[in-house]
Amino acid sequence: MIKKVQSISFFLVSLCLCVFVSLCCAQPVSSSALINNAKDYDGKLVEYSGEVIGEVMVRGAYAWANVSDRDNALGIWLPNDLIRGLLYAGSYKSRGDTVAITGIFHENCPEHGGDLDIHAQAVRKISPGRVARERINFAKVNQVVILGGLCLLMLILTLFKRK
Amino acid sequence: MILRTRLEDFKNIGYYLGRIMIGLALVMLVPVVLGLAVQETNPALDFIISLEITLLFGLILMKLCYTEKDLNWMQGMIVVSLSWVVAMLLGAIPLYLSGHWKSYLDACFDAMSGFATTGLTLVQDLDHLSLSHNLWRHLIMFMGGQGIVIVALSFFVKGASGAFKMYVGEARDEKILPNVIDTSRFIWLVSVVYLVLGTLALGVVGILNGMQPFSAFFHGACVFMAAFDTGGFAPQSQNILYYHSLAYEIVTMVIMVLGALNFKLHYHIWMGHRKEIWRNIETRAFFITVISTFFLTALGLRLCGTYPEVGVIFRKGFYQLISGHTGTGFMTIYARQFINQWGDLALASVICAMALGGAVCSTTGAIKMLRIGIVFKAMTEDIKRIVMPERAMVVERFHHIKEVFLTDKSARAALMITLAYLGLYGLGALVGTYCGYPFLQSLFESTSAAANVGLSCGITQVGMPALLKLTYIFQMWAGRLEFMSIFALAGFFVAAVKGK
Repeated sequence: MIKKVQSISFFLVSLCLCVFVSLCCAQPVSSSALINNAKDYDGKLVEYSGEVIGEVMVRGAYAWANVSDRDNALGIWLPNDLIRGLLYAGSYKSRGDTVAITGIFHENCPEHGGDLDIHAQAVRKISPGRVARERINFAKVNQVVILGGLCLLMLILTLFKRK
Repeated sequence: MILRTRLEDFKNIGYYLGRIMIGLALVMLVPVVLGLAVQETNPALDFIISLEITLLFGLILMKLCYTEKDLNWMQGMIVVSLSWVVAMLLGAIPLYLSGHWKSYLDACFDAMSGFATTGLTLVQDLDHLSLSHNLWRHLIMFMGGQGIVIVALSFFVKGASGAFKMYVGEARDEKILPNVIDTSRFIWLVSVVYLVLGTLALGVVGILNGMQPFSAFFHGACVFMAAFDTGGFAPQSQNILYYHSLAYEIVTMVIMVLGALNFKLHYHIWMGHRKEIWRNIETRAFFITVISTFFLTALGLRLCGTYPEVGVIFRKGFYQLISGHTGTGFMTIYARQFINQWGDLALASVICAMALGGAVCSTTGAIKMLRIGIVFKAMTEDIKRIVMPERAMVVERFHHIKEVFLTDKSARAALMITLAYLGLYGLGALVGTYCGYPFLQSLFESTSAAANVGLSCGITQVGMPALLKLTYIFQMWAGRLEFMSIFALAGFFVAAVKGK
């Protein structure tokens, strides 16, 4: 009898834990999954990770950061104290910080005119960004020189014909 | 009897095509200068290579086909239709060299989309594209919106009477000023004045939105070019959603509407004839179609319960609708949201809006408001003829800069182009359906391509079949030139084969 009670209570505790974890912990999810199944994720806590791109736009006590997981970029609305660690945003000249955002997903955010966005509660930097150094492509330099020579030759020929 | 094409025809066409190529090469100097200024060496090299190739082809054509003769009507039309193909092929070179386009076909797709001011794109990793390439994407829209030949007419063709033939071939049958070159220059004046004002407005809004000043003004200039020329490209992959700003959306809406107005109307407004806005058949038709299609869109969105708040229906619904109606293609939602959230009624309303377009002699594509107005007037006239006594004289007239009596000829011309557009929308939809996409989605994307809009419901992706890419390229080209130059080109080939 005692054994039976013990097993039932163990089962109930496990069940409660599972429900608690699913309600309170974020589910890691991709941008495509969020866009394609927006209704299912609406209002839920999600974890979304990707590279910060463009630039972080500060709006008063909050800021907008756009984070791309290479398929799509999503708008992240976050308090200013969460952007302090963000040093790089992706562009031609830099790779942005890769971050994991935990926050509430909105299919049509009522606060932001119906935007599909995430209101961040926590930001974790997965890997720091860096300046992307450009290495000159010498094959292209050679092509420039050869084509330049041909253009000059053609220009001379054209002028010669006119005279 | 069809006359066989002569060597002289080829020489004339080749010579003017060469001149247009040289014009295009000179425009490539702009991204070269930017690339060097902001220390983007490889992108600058991409543009120097492209510039040299374009210049080389231009010089070869000019040398081989040297002539002092003027263009006739057919030659003028063919120069125009071919110059858009050549511009696509040459304009795609720097895009392809950047490595952000998976194939040369994809780069050609984006180049045609840019020149034809469509806005559909196959670019990869746009968020890491160089400033020079981004500027080029928008610059080709600015050129294409005004007309590639208009660029040549304004700066490289002096006093040629063939100029008018090329001007007409580029789907502009209205002269603003008596001289076509002055008209071209006026179009450029309007565009440059608005470019300065629009860039300032968007730049200031960008700074207030938290952007860095350089980036705010760079984005401002790019977004202005795409908005005024009803193109739809944007510097970031999220399009206008990137900015998360109502103010940015309002400013772009104003610019899109300005771009959708007839340049002739701009001229009259500039000259102080402000009443023309309210009297003109095009602005009236535009107002009525915007209101009616928005009503249907809002109803569709309300019925499927996507946006519970009226404000959100307006912000999302009206923005996509006006973007589609003006032929711009800016988006503040993700492409798949059209399919997942909007419902068939809202989607069908946006398709109708895209199919209608803006004013003639503007930067928009599609059927256009003057033709819609004329077809409507012709229908009214026919109904009146049936209802009224046989002896009654039924005369319809409309106001377009001046009072114009409706003639059978103008009604037939308007109806013919309208039917040609409907056929073009249908063609793309059929090819899309053949490639395995649902019909409504295929029709949406096809209308967007043929009407040079750029809104996408997600079909336009790198992985779509090459047949569909080629179909959309053809649709963008034919839609932008409004068919006449394409018909002339087809006739030219027929004459070359079957002529006597």
